[in-house]
Amino acid sequence: MTSSKDKLDLRKVGYDETGNTPRSASFLLEDDTARVAASKERELVMDSMRKARVDYPWVKDLEWSLVNPDTDEFTRHVADHDDPAGNFIHVLEGAKIRFPAQSCFLLKAERNEQVLHNIIVLEPDSELHLITGCTAASYSNAGKHIAVTEIFVRKGATLTYTMVHDWAPEVEVRPRTGIVVEQGGTYLSNYIALTRVKHIDTNPLATVKSGGTARFNSILYAKEGSFFDVGGRIRLLGEGARGEIVSRVVATKSSVISRGLIEGGNADTKGHMECNGIMLDDQAMIHAIPELKATYPDTELSHEAAVGKIAGEQLNYLMARGLSEEMARSLIIRGFLNVKIDGLPASLQKVIDTMIEQAMTKEAI
Amino acid sequence: MKGLLEIENLTVAIGDKPLLTGVTLTVAPGEIHVVFGPNGTGKSSLIKAIMGLPPYQVTSGDVRFEGESILNLAIDERARLGIGLAFQQPPAVRDVSLAALGKALGIDKDKLHDEATQLGMRGHINRGLNDGFSGGEQKRSELLQLLLQQPKLLLLDEPESGVDVDSLKLLTAVIERLFQRDLPIRERTVGGIIVTHTGSVLKHLHATRGYVLVNGRIMCSGAPLDIFDQISENGFGNCLAEARIKEKIHDFLKG
Ligand SMILES: Nc1ncnc2c1ncn2[C@@H]1O[C@H](COP(=O)(O)OP(=O)(O)OP(=O)(O)O)[C@@H](O)[C@H]1O
Ligand SMILES: [Mg+2]
Repeated sequence: MTSSKDKLDLRKVGYDETGNTPRSASFLLEDDTARVAASKERELVMDSMRKARVDYPWVKDLEWSLVNPDTDEFTRHVADHDDPAGNFIHVLEGAKIRFPAQSCFLLKAERNEQVLHNIIVLEPDSELHLITGCTAASYSNAGKHIAVTEIFVRKGATLTYTMVHDWAPEVEVRPRTGIVVEQGGTYLSNYIALTRVKHIDTNPLATVKSGGTARFNSILYAKEGSFFDVGGRIRLLGEGARGEIVSRVVATKSSVISRGLIEGGNADTKGHMECNGIMLDDQAMIHAIPELKATYPDTELSHEAAVGKIAGEQLNYLMARGLSEEMARSLIIRGFLNVKIDGLPASLQKVIDTMIEQAMTKEAI
Repeated sequence: MKGLLEIENLTVAIGDKPLLTGVTLTVAPGEIHVVFGPNGTGKSSLIKAIMGLPPYQVTSGDVRFEGESILNLAIDERARLGIGLAFQQPPAVRDVSLAALGKALGIDKDKLHDEATQLGMRGHINRGLNDGFSGGEQKRSELLQLLLQQPKLLLLDEPESGVDVDSLKLLTAVIERLFQRDLPIRERTVGGIIVTHTGSVLKHLHATRGYVLVNGRIMCSGAPLDIFDQISENGFGNCLAEARIKEKIHDFLKG
């Protein structure tokens, strides 16, 4: 059973078990056992992948259609698994799901390896806000989380996908994600990781068809001993497709590689990327790698990147108003991380705001 | 009466480049002192040195606030004593809004909203500080912050430069409020220094004394409006001549 201690861990990543926050559906996976799989909406299926493979055989055809099993040893590892656990989410055509759905992956047993394959399908003109939290129970330190996720945003559908990672200092995390955004669809991803982790590498790839939009926002506070290699890739393959990547990184005694790639491959495509990083000390490393690739002449791609310490001039200015240096620093970092995300329901924005607030108060900077 | 601010024989440098030499000036509560001078002559350097901002190093002399030297105090300590600075060119702080700053300073939200509305800055309080603010908006935002801070000593570095006629009226009214011009003279506790090129803020303020700063030295002090009229008519010529003589004397004495 899920202990009360675990419940606390879950709330940190936006998963509410109390029922106080309205949720349309919930999924909870402990190690590789589905504990909760429930939906309040008829037009929203929230299930375990093991069950989905039986109940909806077509799901098997979707597996490995967006992520190549031979990508690396981790995708291979998932592919070699007979019947990997995971989360299946299906929103039926035209269904606009009002309240966010939540899913949570909890790594519980010490030295456990979580091997997952998730499938998310939004049928044409449907809408869903999903918040996914991944966390390790507070008493477990080590572990591995390897997850392949394939996301299908069909014609005119909109998915906002907020992912919160709150791991432990010895956990290794390898999500491998592929997304397809079909005609006029919108995929908006928010990735938030504000606590220590041994290793995370993830670089989701979104393929955007005509008139579709993909946006990746990531907010990282890389703390002592952490290694992050995170990014997003957007291929604008349809006419008029739009892509945007925004990343905000704060690093202390840790290493972060922040990647971004936007490819403009059709007429009237537009992509913009913003990679900003704040270095808090000389034991931090931030490597921003923004890449633009044009394979069609009528595309408009741009990026801006700025990495460095907090400008002394800004600190002094705030100090001249009476803030101590420490307060000025934390005010700037708070504001830097607190990007207001368009299209996100207020309740999810609040989850993010609270997490940033907690990350800031926990850490004396 | 003890001075609110006493600057005594102050010398300021950046590295080995001297910016101010032997500046002496005392501001009593209720007084407004006005500093004029050509561009690049050290006016902002003086203001920022009083606030303790880098890279301005005090190499000799003293700055006292209410009788105590503040030279060893950090910027924020000086601010909390009651010294407030309106920057000539405030830096953009993209990630901090006026609202967030106000909250961090413990300023009442309604008060912030009221004052911002009066200054026509209501729409700016959730934007990054000075980030993309127009010249005039920056000036308003600086004064707005001082209104919230309520300093005892005001250091206003060109608070009105580049603002339109209507804004000038608004800003002048705010400056009068900051200097407690609504109170009888005896009850005023706030004093300060205003740096200006236009003199237009001075009309109703009844400033105490004016100075011309030339090459880091104070020249030609007198009644502020007289000095302003003189500069308007003859430029800084007379003061420059005086400065050259003083410099020669200084060099001669140094041997
Ligand atoms: N941080 C700095 N680094 C290098 N030089 C500086 C710095 N600050 C000021 N100076 C130099 O010191 C001199 C005085 O500058 P200051 O800003 O005090 O002039 P000012 O009298 O306020 O001029 P203005 O009327 O144009 O505002 C100038 O030559 C300026 O270039
Ligand atoms: Mg100046």
